[in-house]
Amino acid sequence: MIWLAWRQFRAQAYVAAGVLIAVAIAFLLTGPQLVHSYDTIVLTCRAHGDCSPVLASFLARDHLLRDLALAVILVPALVGIFWGAPLVAREMENGTFRMAWTQSVTRSRWIAIKLGVVATAVMAAAGLFSLMITWWSSPFDTINSDPFSVFDLRDIVPVGYAAFAFALGVTMGVLIRRTIPAMVATLVAFTAIRVAFTEWVRPRLMSPLHYTGAFLLNQNGPNEVPGKGQVRDWVVSSLILNKKGVAIGSNGGIGPNGEINFQPGAHGGTTLVGVGTCPTTIPPPTSTGVSSGPAPLNVQRAVQKCLNSFHLKEVLTYQPASHYWTLQWYEMAIFIVFAVVLAGFSWYWVRRRLS
Amino acid sequence: MTAVLEAEGLGKRYGRRWALSDCTLSIPAGHVVGLVGPNGAGKSTLLNLAVGLLAPTGGSISVLGSRPAIDAAQLGRVGFVAQDPPTYSGLSVADHLKLGAHTNPTWDDELATSRVKRLGLDPSQKAGKLSGGQRAQLALTLAIAKRPEFLVLDEPVASLDPLARREFLQILMETVAEHQVSVVLSSHLVADIERVCDYLIVLVSSRVQLTGEIEDLLATHHRLIGPRCDPSSLPENQHVIEESHSERQSTLLVRSDGPIVDPAWTIESLSLEDLVLAYMGQGRSFDADLRSQENE
Repeated sequence: MIWLAWRQFRAQAYVAAGVLIAVAIAFLLTGPQLVHSYDTIVLTCRAHGDCSPVLASFLARDHLLRDLALAVILVPALVGIFWGAPLVAREMENGTFRMAWTQSVTRSRWIAIKLGVVATAVMAAAGLFSLMITWWSSPFDTINSDPFSVFDLRDIVPVGYAAFAFALGVTMGVLIRRTIPAMVATLVAFTAIRVAFTEWVRPRLMSPLHYTGAFLLNQNGPNEVPGKGQVRDWVVSSLILNKKGVAIGSNGGIGPNGEINFQPGAHGGTTLVGVGTCPTTIPPPTSTGVSSGPAPLNVQRAVQKCLNSFHLKEVLTYQPASHYWTLQWYEMAIFIVFAVVLAGFSWYWVRRRLS
Repeated sequence: MTAVLEAEGLGKRYGRRWALSDCTLSIPAGHVVGLVGPNGAGKSTLLNLAVGLLAPTGGSISVLGSRPAIDAAQLGRVGFVAQDPPTYSGLSVADHLKLGAHTNPTWDDELATSRVKRLGLDPSQKAGKLSGGQRAQLALTLAIAKRPEFLVLDEPVASLDPLARREFLQILMETVAEHQVSVVLSSHLVADIERVCDYLIVLVSSRVQLTGEIEDLLATHHRLIGPRCDPSSLPENQHVIEESHSERQSTLLVRSDGPIVDPAWTIESLSLEDLVLAYMGQGRSFDADLRSQENE
């Protein structure tokens, strides 16, 4: 039976192996050079103070391959659609289950072995792919120094996603019994579950840390935890509270636009939109958004002084960089558990409920 | 007489529709049994239940003394060729034989390879490129080479042209003679049944209308033509299956346990087709009676 499972999966396995080998060759040709230039150029320049132009030029390298590395996000979905969904659905659609299930192999053994053979290949392929990408991208990731921005694309979670997508595809195929609709259902369900998980479950997998401090004009983007100087942390939410403790804004801005807006007041003063009138006039330009480039120093000082006068507070909820690996393990384990549950369901359904 | 298949009160429901209901029948061992009946009689459902592809909704079925597809050993004792025989279009003929060898401990590789050679199938040919007849032959080869005790064929020749159909049945007969395997073959073509079967079951709306060895059935059924009469005046051992009357003449299709002695009758023998059609008609009118009763 293992022979049959392998024979039916062989062509797909060869395609996957071909892709993996091509990626490996591309990475092996460029990777060592990348690490070498990182060690020589970036580290040397870091030792001598400011080196943002060097970093910028380094980050501009190998754009094509870096885009390719983003494809790791698609791998689990592809596995679910092209390996998972047709596994049983195609047999039902073509009627070949009538041949398969009347040989001297029970249905439960047939589905268990098919699931086992392909799931092993799925997890191995996803693991290898992620390993290669994580290794190759490490110089870029070190410079970006924001591990949570590539959380879904690195290390071990892609293995969990791939196993889950495969089991989800098989389940859809078993329930729907037709290949194309099962593929569509797999894509929709997988995307929905991944998005929902990232949005609502991942931030709560570990209790986040909180930071409360005076609201400072944030120049380094929303990922900075002020006063700690770290950009490696993942800020789940940031709220800006007024003196009474009422939330008046979020993500480094005030009001619904998420920006800090000033307006010329009625008597020549300046109004901080949504809060009140500043004690002093702010020289033009009178509006500074979080995302716009650094304003002149005198403007920055006047803006900060105005903000300070309202005693605004910022409350950050964040996962520190030290939680990264625990979150990786938790998330992978949860998706593996999902996969096992779905595989068990498919096994039961094929054994008992199908036709 | 031992039975290879025994069903009692067997039923299979899809949603609210019963594909087979309350079916009780027995298929004897050592015969090539033809299962005939109109479309929708439940033939295919019955055979799929027999090989365990379907699970019964009600009643019981036992094949070779145990529940169908209960374990690998039971699966190995029953061979199956499905309707419009499915094959893996991406796998070659040789791959199909390997499939059989790897999934059946009782696989007879010599038998399989020699059959493929005799059929003139190219082992490297993909099954998807075979003709319908060749695919059916390949499916039959797989079913036979696992050396089953009981071979189940669900309308295997329905989609084949007359020549391919004849070849298929020819090979089937040779195999049966060689390996003494019990066979049940469903068809709605009486000519096919007549060619290969020695035992007949007529199934209409899940009910067995007629069962027995074809030779006996033909010997005990007659068409009587004579002056118009009331069928109830016939001797007790003669049962009327079908009757038609003109002003002066009656034509009766009767089953008779003894010889017919009344000289008033002209006795004609029946073809198998006449016999099958008569019983199918009887089943239908029985069905119609039931329905009108339900409506009242």
